[in-house]
Order: sequence, then structure tokens, then C-alpha cells
Amino acid sequence: MSKKTLIPIGPYHPLQEEPELFKLYCDGEIVKDIKWETGYNHRGIEKLSESKTYEQIFFLVERICGICSNSHPFAFANAVEEIADIEITNRAKYIRSIIGELERLHSHLLWVGLAGHFLGYNTVFMWAWKYREPVLDLFEMISGNRNSYAMFRVGGVRRDIEAIKIPAIHKVLDDIKKKTDLLTGAIMDDPVIHARTKGVGILTKQDIIDYGAVGPTARASGVAIDVRKDDPYAAYPLVNWKVITAESGDVFAKAEVRLLEMYESISIIEQCLDGLNKEKEGDITIKVKEIPEGIGNGRAEAPRGEVFHFVQSDGSSSPVRHKIRAPSYVNIATFKKSCIGQTIADATISLAAVDPCYCCTERMAVAYDINSGERIMNANELINESAKKTNEIKNTFNSQI
Amino acid sequence: MDSELTIEKFKEEFKSDILEIRVKNQKRMIITVNPDSIVNVAEYLYRIAGFRFIIASALHTKRGFEIHYHFSKDISGLILNVHVVLDRSNPQIASLSNMFNASNWIEREMHELLGINFLNHPNQEKLISEGNWAEGVYPLRKEFK
Repeated sequence: MSKKTLIPIGPYHPLQEEPELFKLYCDGEIVKDIKWETGYNHRGIEKLSESKTYEQIFFLVERICGICSNSHPFAFANAVEEIADIEITNRAKYIRSIIGELERLHSHLLWVGLAGHFLGYNTVFMWAWKYREPVLDLFEMISGNRNSYAMFRVGGVRRDIEAIKIPAIHKVLDDIKKKTDLLTGAIMDDPVIHARTKGVGILTKQDIIDYGAVGPTARASGVAIDVRKDDPYAAYPLVNWKVITAESGDVFAKAEVRLLEMYESISIIEQCLDGLNKEKEGDITIKVKEIPEGIGNGRAEAPRGEVFHFVQSDGSSSPVRHKIRAPSYVNIATFKKSCIGQTIADATISLAAVDPCYCCTERMAVAYDINSGERIMNANELINESAKKTNEIKNTFNSQI
Repeated sequence: MDSELTIEKFKEEFKSDILEIRVKNQKRMIITVNPDSIVNVAEYLYRIAGFRFIIASALHTKRGFEIHYHFSKDISGLILNVHVVLDRSNPQIASLSNMFNASNWIEREMHELLGINFLNHPNQEKLISEGNWAEGVYPLRKEFK
């Protein structure tokens, strides 16, 4: 007998910077429809920005996202420097790219950990987050902060990466490369992970184009868009790297893209560190007197995809309009395609596969009967449902050995 | 250049609807068009010229309500802003959400924050302030003397 059930996921979690409420409408185990409510944490940042100076806005936009806190200052700097026609020094370009890629490394590791947790692989969760720690320590060494690094300003960066710090960065990168090998091997070769993620939460190329999805979500469906390559900024045109894509568009492909991107990030950082050695130490910023009247379209490739900032200036010290579009704004809407028709156990990982800074499922999800309002499943039970499916598959594999 | 060719064809196609062209550099361009032509313009860019819809930015200025529709030609890094100026007293324009889902949320947001009406939008409900913001008060509107 089928039972129509509404499963709300969200809206609040202290770790999540974009609280949202997802309502999964289920018939038995199958998700039939999905609806969402947003705006639980609307902070009016675009409006606030109109009352701040260009220098202050960097600190404001840095606080939009707690995980990739550097991607918004990156796009904002690109927009403002476009208005003022500023070309920053090569040393500043290298430092910007190093910060951007270190951030991608720790963000992807965070995602791998969470994905493991959703699947019932808590060892992966603990490994990945342990390997992520040294990257945050590097940020502390470079900027003084583990997060919200306050590194960017109009015309360059606020702090240098002195030669004395470079060996420590190389050491962490060497370690992470080995650890990534280990993680990639463990994930790519695991038949249970294959069974849980292949063919699950598929987004086709057409879905990506229709929803305007970006980042690893798009690249996993064979849409090779990456702002770093398409509209190069900072030091990305000065180093060699390639855009990682996959074709199948399922959860496995999204994991594959992120894992392989970590190697590219490591390679980019190493090349940028070599580049730093050729540039004069301390040459990190140029003086900018004023921002003239004009329009700037700035974008940067955050770990989750393209961040876009539109800035209109009237020549005063604050923008007239500052529009911000984070990648999750377009990626989250694809849930309508990836979740419907899936089982509840697979919906969790399909939602997580987009990496919408979405780590709240374990606390906030409650399932209740749509007719009686009776609570039938809590958050942990929902995660357990996913873990149970993994265990069943494991047992099937084990019995075949 | 691929993007130059695309833009030339675009200009030819919409000769009568283009009001102004501002070229910042090879990768940044703003084309002001007649608001009535927005669906045809977007359809051409999306379906024929292979542009991706990034987002739209709306603002309230002395001229009225302005919208920049940001389109990206990823292969060449071009961002084309299709710019329209809407009537101050009754701002409305055709919705693009029936063509691509990417504009669904942002049109709801622009409706909510600036009071711009999107005709034929499949679901023009509030996106971010449902239940906690007064009707008919638009936070991003400004007062001009």
C-alpha cells in the first residue's frame, strides 16, 4: 500500500550559510515532487553594499559564504577593476590564484567528507576532514585567519606570501597529493560506492543548459564551462592546467570531477608558487584613487561554480547597484530534475551532489504523514535509511565473494 | 573572431530594436534594446547564438526601472548585457521563464524587491520574503527628488 508522505529537509542548520526548506513529496519510497522555500537567512547584502565604500564591501561579501569566503571578493574585485580599468601586478595575480585554489582544495575535501557521511561511509568523512585541516592551517599562516581571509582589495592583495612561507605550503601540498591518491583510489574502486552513486541523480546536458547550472555540476554532465578558462582572470592564464569533465551527469561523475580537480588545483598552486619566486617581494598592490562611473561584470570560478557580481558605479565611493549571484542559486534549482523519481535514500545524496553548502540534513529533516501529521521518521533515521541501503549492497557483494 | 561575428549577426537581426550599443572591450558589451523585443532577443541568443543566461540585475534609477540581462558566450568569455529601461509608473516586461528555467527565480526576486511585473511568468510568487514583508513595499526602490 502506498503512503503519501511529505518530507521537509531544512531550513536551519548552524553550519549552513544558505538555509532552505525542501519539501519532498513521496509516494512510498519514491520522490514524486520537490518544492522549496528560500529566504530564511536573507541578509540584504546587496542593499547593504550600496551604503559601504568599495574597500568595505570586500569584508561584507566575504561573509556571504562561510566555506568559500574568498570567491565573492574575487568576483567583486574583478568587477570593480573592470570599471576602473586596473591591471594588478603579477605577484598579486599569483597570490589571488593561490588563495582561490587552496580554497577549492579545502572545499572539495569538505564535500567528499559529507558525501561519504550521507552514504554511510563515516571513515571517508573523518579522513577527508582530517586532510582538510592542514589547508586551513595554511590559510592561518598566510592571512592570519582560517576562514574569511581578508586578503583582497581593489588593486591587489593585502598580504604578501613571503619566500620563507613557501616551503611549508609545498609540504602541505605534497601531503595532500598523497592523501588525495588514497581517497580517490578508495572511492573510485569501491563497488558499493559505484552501486550507490552511478545512475543516481542524473542531470543531462540539456538540463544544465536549461537551468543555467555551473561548476562541477555542469562539468559532470559534459558541459565544459569554467570561468578560469573561458574568461581568464588573476594568474590562471599564466599557468598550465586543464578543465576536468565527465559525461554521465550522475552523483559518481560529480564526485569524480571534484576529486580530479583537486590535482589540478595542487598543480596550479605549485606553478603559482614558482611564479612568485620570479616577482619582486612586496609588490602586491597598486594605488587606486577612485572608481569612475561605469558598469562592471565580474566573475570568478568558486569551488561550486561561477560567482557573478554586477556593479554599477556613479563615480562616488559606493556602488549604485551591486547584484550578486552565487552558484548555488542556479544549481539548487536542478533538484527538480535530479531528485524526482528517486528513492528517499538516494535523494539525500542527489541533493548533496550539487554541494549547495548543504550539511543540515542530519539535524533538520523530519518525515511525517501528510494526512495525520504524525511523525514517522526523524533526521537520523533518514540518514540511516541511506546507510542501510549501502549496507545491503555491501552484504550482497560480500555474499558473492 | 567568433563573438564578433555573432554580434554582427545579432545587430543585423535586431536592427530596429537596438537603441544603443556600448562596447567596453572584446569581452564586455552592453546593448540597450526595446523592452517589447526581449523575448525574441533572448530566444535568438539562447537558441541560435548559443549564449548561456547567467542572471539578470534590476535597478531603480532616475530613468525608471532598468534590467541588465547577463548572457555569457562561454567559448569566448563574452558577457553581453541586454539592457532594457522600463516605464517608471508601471514597470512590466515579458517573462523569459517559459524559455529557460534559469530565469525563473531571478524574475520572482526582481518582482519582489523592485515591483517589476513579469508577464506570463509561470509562478510569480515571492521568493525570499514570503510571510514576513509587507505587500506593495519594495526594498530596492529608491526615492528621487
